[in-house]
Amino acid sequence: MEEKRHTSSQYERELREVKDGLMYQGALTEKAIDSALRSLLERNSDLARMVIVEDDRIDAFDAELEDKCITLLALRQPAARDLRFIATAIKVNGHLERIGDMAVNIAQKAIILNEEPQLKPYIDLPRMADITREMIKEGLDAMVNEDVSLADRVRTAEDTVDGLNEQIFRELLTFMMEDPKTIHRALIIMQISKNLERIADHAKGIADMVIYMVTGKSVRHQFHATTDRETP
Amino acid sequence: MINNGIIRNKIIEVRDVDFYYGAFKALSGVTMDFEKNRVTALIGPSGCGKSTLLRLLNRMNDLIDDTRIEGSVLFEGRNIYDPDMDPVEVRKRIGMVFQKPNPFPKSIFNNIIYGPKLVGVNGKDDLEVLVEQSLRQAVLWDEVKDILGQSAMMLSGGQQQRLCIARALAMKPDVLLMDEPTSALDPISTAKIEELIEELKRNYTIIIVTHNMQQAARISDYTGFFYLGSLIEYNETEKIFTKPDVKQTEDYITGRFG
Repeated sequence: MEEKRHTSSQYERELREVKDGLMYQGALTEKAIDSALRSLLERNSDLARMVIVEDDRIDAFDAELEDKCITLLALRQPAARDLRFIATAIKVNGHLERIGDMAVNIAQKAIILNEEPQLKPYIDLPRMADITREMIKEGLDAMVNEDVSLADRVRTAEDTVDGLNEQIFRELLTFMMEDPKTIHRALIIMQISKNLERIADHAKGIADMVIYMVTGKSVRHQFHATTDRETP
Repeated sequence: MINNGIIRNKIIEVRDVDFYYGAFKALSGVTMDFEKNRVTALIGPSGCGKSTLLRLLNRMNDLIDDTRIEGSVLFEGRNIYDPDMDPVEVRKRIGMVFQKPNPFPKSIFNNIIYGPKLVGVNGKDDLEVLVEQSLRQAVLWDEVKDILGQSAMMLSGGQQQRLCIARALAMKPDVLLMDEPTSALDPISTAKIEELIEELKRNYTIIIVTHNMQQAARISDYTGFFYLGSLIEYNETEKIFTKPDVKQTEDYITGRFG
């Protein structure tokens, strides 16, 4: 739907800056997840350290975006769609910042694992990472295009990530039972998996907010039947 | 979406009202109920018909030549446009406060008792009680109690507007119509009037026309959005300002109009 422009072009521009900022932040976090995972797969601790350093940019940008949103609330007193957009932007911004932190967690674990012999080939972790990156991208696309059905798909994708996390958990459990010497590495891999699962939660949170932004209805605490349970 | 269904305790019911200034149709097919003891805001761009509707509610438009109304306005179930309805009686029950404070060039005391005396309240004690009561309700008493004999014209703009509200209250109305009551006032006087409105709605039904969208959002319980003489959307204020049903409403309140 073609959107009418604001009578104030300055206001229009400020809203646009917030939207563009979120897309940029989204790209930074996707890259952080990708690099964190590659640092593990390629046993490249330098890359992992770069993820940790680069997170400062995500944090700084988080503060800048939040500041922009609060200024808009204070100076423009937005209503209706603009209000819902800014409320959504504030929460999406928070989700992205946390996702950046989790990429850092993964990078830190990768550095530890890279010091030791590889326990097993990594198959499900990269799949989880790919899905979470796609969830973030599609969640933000849904925000830009006000696409509720895309946001819904993001919400269901979380199920797949949860399933993979459980699968990794069970697999590592057998490793640990067979050989206690694997426990340290297995626990660290579990933490990486858990971080990816948490990233998927945040991506779902983004999609939830998009649905609120478009429809005005909150779906944050409506779970899909399969996800309404504790994951390990 | 005109959600008249949300109005439970109707004090005024506007039914299929068309209104003409000469050949110009200023209102078209307006049907709108007003909830008793609540604040209802009428918003919309200039010329949308909101002030016309407000003035229809106590027959103020009768005073303008070459105007015509079709449809009915029921106040407590009776059509105020019935030939046997006395407009003076209607205006006594449904008072009005205007955009610019318009005190009479008389003392504060005489401003308040002017209307009541016209309708036959005469006893000195009664009038004194009425003056204090009205000024207290308008939260002006403490500021003017020692200068009641002085001219109302020496009060500040915000005080004058509260005096006008007190003057309207002295007639013991059920409904207060307010046509942009704070547009000529500074922010502090505006805040005082807004607080007063909050206070008054316990005992009065208030219908307010305002160009200040934030004011409508702050003080009203229900909001009606008008455009080109039609009521476009009517709902609880919270709904209108967070998720209006109609795109025109959303465009207007977010500043995407014109």
